[in-house]
Formats: sequence, C-alpha cells, structure tokens
Amino acid sequence: MSSLLVEQFLNGIQLGVMLFLMAAGLTLIFGIMNFLNLAHGALYMMGAFFAATILEWSGSFLLAILLGLAASAALGIILDVVAFRRLYERSHFDQVLGTFALILFFNDLVVLLWGPEPRYMPVPDWLSGSIPLSGDGSYPIYRLLITGVGLGVAAALYVLIAHTRTGMLIRAGATNREMLSGLGTNVRHLSMLVFGLGSAMAGLAGMINGPLIAVQVGMGDAMLIVAFVVIVIGGIGSIAGAFVASIIVGIVDTLGRFLLPQWFGFTAGPALASMANYALMAAVLLARPQGLLGARRG
Amino acid sequence: MLRFDRVSTVPVLALVLIAMTPVLGQPYLTRFATSVLIFGLVAMSLDLLVGYGGMISFGHAAFFGLGAYAAAVLGFHGIHSAFVAVPVAIAAASAAALVIGGISLRTSGVYFIMITLAFAEMLFYIAHALTIYGGDDGLKIVRNSLIPLISFSNPTTFFFAVLLVFLATFLLSFRLTRSRFGRVLQGIRDNPQRAESLGYDTYRYQLVGFVMAGALAGLAGMLHANLNEYVSPDLLNWVQSGDLLIMLILGGVGTLIGPVFGAAAYLSLQEILSMYTGHSMLVLGPVLLLVVLFSSGGIYALLMPRAQ
Repeated sequence: MSSLLVEQFLNGIQLGVMLFLMAAGLTLIFGIMNFLNLAHGALYMMGAFFAATILEWSGSFLLAILLGLAASAALGIILDVVAFRRLYERSHFDQVLGTFALILFFNDLVVLLWGPEPRYMPVPDWLSGSIPLSGDGSYPIYRLLITGVGLGVAAALYVLIAHTRTGMLIRAGATNREMLSGLGTNVRHLSMLVFGLGSAMAGLAGMINGPLIAVQVGMGDAMLIVAFVVIVIGGIGSIAGAFVASIIVGIVDTLGRFLLPQWFGFTAGPALASMANYALMAAVLLARPQGLLGARRG
Repeated sequence: MLRFDRVSTVPVLALVLIAMTPVLGQPYLTRFATSVLIFGLVAMSLDLLVGYGGMISFGHAAFFGLGAYAAAVLGFHGIHSAFVAVPVAIAAASAAALVIGGISLRTSGVYFIMITLAFAEMLFYIAHALTIYGGDDGLKIVRNSLIPLISFSNPTTFFFAVLLVFLATFLLSFRLTRSRFGRVLQGIRDNPQRAESLGYDTYRYQLVGFVMAGALAGLAGMLHANLNEYVSPDLLNWVQSGDLLIMLILGGVGTLIGPVFGAAAYLSLQEILSMYTGHSMLVLGPVLLLVVLFSSGGIYALLMPRAQ
C-alpha cells in the first residue's frame, strides 16, 4: 500500500470515530426516549464554537476542550428541560419539526453571536508535529491523537453501558421504559443524564474536529445526516452497531473521495464519491432492513 | 366534484384574492403570489404523502429540485420549450421517487424519516459535485417558452399559467383523496396491518402515492426554476425539505388546501421578518417550536373550526 493510501485509510478511521461520537448520542436517546433529535448537529456546532471562543480568550487548548465539554453538556441538559422533554411523548413528525425549528434558531444565533465568517482553530504547538509513515509519507500527530481520544471515549462508553449500574438502567430503559419507571427509577433524570452525555460527545466531536475544518455555521448539518446513515446501517438503538457502521462509513467515505476521482475522472468521480455512503446504506437496507446489528425496527 | 358549501367559502375566497393579484399592477406582488402558488403546489403534494399517506418524508425537496434542474439542464443544452421541460421534469422526479421510495418504503417510522432525508441529501451533494452544470454556483436559465408566441417571460402570463397548473393539480389531488386509491392509502395510514389483511398490497399503494407526490413536486420545481431564472443545489437541500414540512404543519396536515395557506403564511413571515432583521429565525424558530407544541390543525382549523 502506498503511504498516501495509508494516510487516507487513517483519515477514514478518524472520520469514523468522529461519526461515532455523533451517532452514539443520537442512538442512545432514541433507544431510551424513542426521540429523534435533528438538533444534535447543532450541539456539534455549538461545541466547536464554544471551544474556539474559549481558545481565543485563554490561549489554552486543554482549557478550551474542558470548558467546551461542560458548556456542551449544560446546553444539552437545558434543551432537554426547556424543549425536548415536551416532545418525547409526541409523534415523530412533531419531534422532527420541533427540533428542525431549533436548528434554524441555532444557525441564526451563531451568525448573530460569531458572524458568518468561518473561524479557524490553530492546532496547539505541542500537538503539531507528524510521525513518519513507511516510505516517504508522514501523518499528523493531532489526527492520531483525536482518533485515540475518540476510541477512548467509545471504550469508556462501553464500560459505562455494559458494566455499571447507570448503564444497566440505560439498557433497561431502552427495553421497557414504563417498566423501569414502575420499578422506581426516575426516567426523566435518566434521559437528562443521557442527553448531557450525548451532547458532550457531539460537542467533543465538533471541538476536536475544529482545527481540521472551518468552524462555521451549519457545520453540524452534514455530520448529522451522515450520522443518520451510520445509525441506519448499524441498526437503530445499538451502540455496537453504531460503532461498526461509523468506522465502515468513515473509511468508505474517505477512500471513495480519494479513489473514485482517480478511477472515473474528475467529472464523474466526485459525484460518485458523494453517493458511496448512500449506496452502502441502500444495500444494507435491501439485505437487512433492521441494520447490521439492529434487533428491532423503528 | 367539489361542493362549494359554506365550509369551503373561505379557501375559495382566498384563492380568488390570490388570483386577483396581477390587477394591482405591482410586479413584486405578482411575483410573490406566483411563488406562493408554486410552494403551495409542493406543500400540497407533500400533504398527499404525509397527511393522507402517513409517509413522513424529510426529502421532498429532492424531487422539487430535480424538476428545477431538469428545466435548467434542458435549457443549458438549448431546449427551451415548455412542452419538453414539463414532461421531462415530471419524468425525472418520478423516476427518482420510484427508486428512493422503493428502497425507503421497505422501512417505516423513524427509519423512513432518516432514509428519505439521507437520499435527498445524496442528490444535493451530486448537484454540488456536477461542475458541468454549475456545481456550487448553480445554473442560470432562460425562461421556457410555451409556444413560439407566448413565453413565460411575461410575469402576468406566467402567473396565470402557474395558477392554471395549481388549480388543475388541486382538483386532481382533491379527487384523488376521495377516490378508491386515496381511501386505501388513508386506510394504510391508519392501520397498515388491517389494510394488509384485507388483501391490499400496501407497499405498492404507498409507492404509487410516493411517486405521484414526487411527480407533482417535480412539476412545481420546473415552475420555480422559471420564476427565478436560476437553479442551485440549495433547492434540494434538507433545509428546503424541512421548510416544506413546516408549511404543512402551519397550514394543517391532511387538509390539502391548508398547506397552501401554510406556504403563504411561512413565505410572508420570512419576507416580513427579513425586512426588519437579518436573523429572522431567531424569532421564527422558537415560534415554530411553539406551533409544533401547542397548535393543532394549523391555519385550516382557525379558518374552519366546524370542519374539524
């Protein structure tokens, strides 16, 4: 394999990990509250803007991430209490419209507060080197680091869900919310916790992706829709499915953008590359409508 | 046929008022009324899907945008006759709806919402990537000619052409919802298991409904391209799909004429708010959330409380 291909492959895994941070929150809250949240992409965007702003004020990257995480989680919990809670018992149609209205609100809010121009977050000096790959290539340390952070979060989430009491309650809530409530667990508090967790993960994805892309209005929308593709492929409500599908989609998307233009030319290639994920989704749906690891249908 | 009893007086009156717009001689108002009719047409087609078919598609803008692109691409290659553009726009949108609907309808509920959204976004990205047709920048078009002497380029002529298409579509859709096909579709919406056990091929009925709605959206898209003399990938964007659903809930889901008022209200609100502030959604977003949370039946229910 040429080192360029290795580099693209690593980029694919990195994108996959970012997608997982988005998809995990979406699929968790859907599992417990049967709630489809389009505004999840807005949390990704707000996370990036929080971190970019704190970085500009303080100059400290770590502080920006830590405070950004807290702010993202807080925003998620506020949204849950103010708006989402009222939508849980409503139809999916109402949920989608209500959260869509919130996206419109947040997009305009960001333009009002931060302006329409994209912001650039510099990679801190201590993370800005790169390591050599076989051959003459090299790979940025920062990208490796955020891939590692994402994998670490995924592992921590696995431990939380599979091996702690809270995780047991989350799983129980996904199986039978009424029963859990009847047994004396406050499902409202549980959903608030899951919402804070999901928002922090979405915000984290936005802020650590910030130095790689432009931090700008609407940046979460594209991620949200690919996260949907991930959830459909993985099976809704399944964290393991979301993880497997995230990595697959990340690699297919990145390698598609790299290879297809080489194979089909620069007119058809980019158009084909933008279809790759959706073709994958269509194929999975035709073969396994419940998704790769999904148990039930929505 | 339609019975013009007291219940339908209000919408008929409103339509007559819209039809009178060119009399005012204000080009801006004529243009705005044309836009309302075009979006009313798409919103109506989406209501066939969502309100009568129970299929919550978050990708309806894809078919609207495809119709618009069909007209623009034909124009790009030197074909300007509306007699070609209309059938091609309808055919392109129907074909896309057949494929997207064919796959999406294998699922239901929240899956269906996400999948229609994803496929529509795929078409949006393809429009982005197709640099021969302008890519990101979109494509300017010359208005379609109807017959050599009559062109869509006269705003008043165009307005009446759109009005004609709108009325024809409304009557067609109205008949459709009362037809055997429409009844079966509503039956499937209310209870898919029962419809299936009665022997109906629910998948096929829903797919036909999906393609019909897509075809109408394509027709509206072709008209929209003519109104603006410009198409861009944004027409297929998911925000556009969301806007269409908002028109639906503002106007009243499952009422056919309600979404037309929803379109009029939404476009007017956007227009008025953007005169005062560049950030209209800071106001409109929370208002829409409140509408979702607390209104039932939308404008239609306000106009005709007895009809509910």
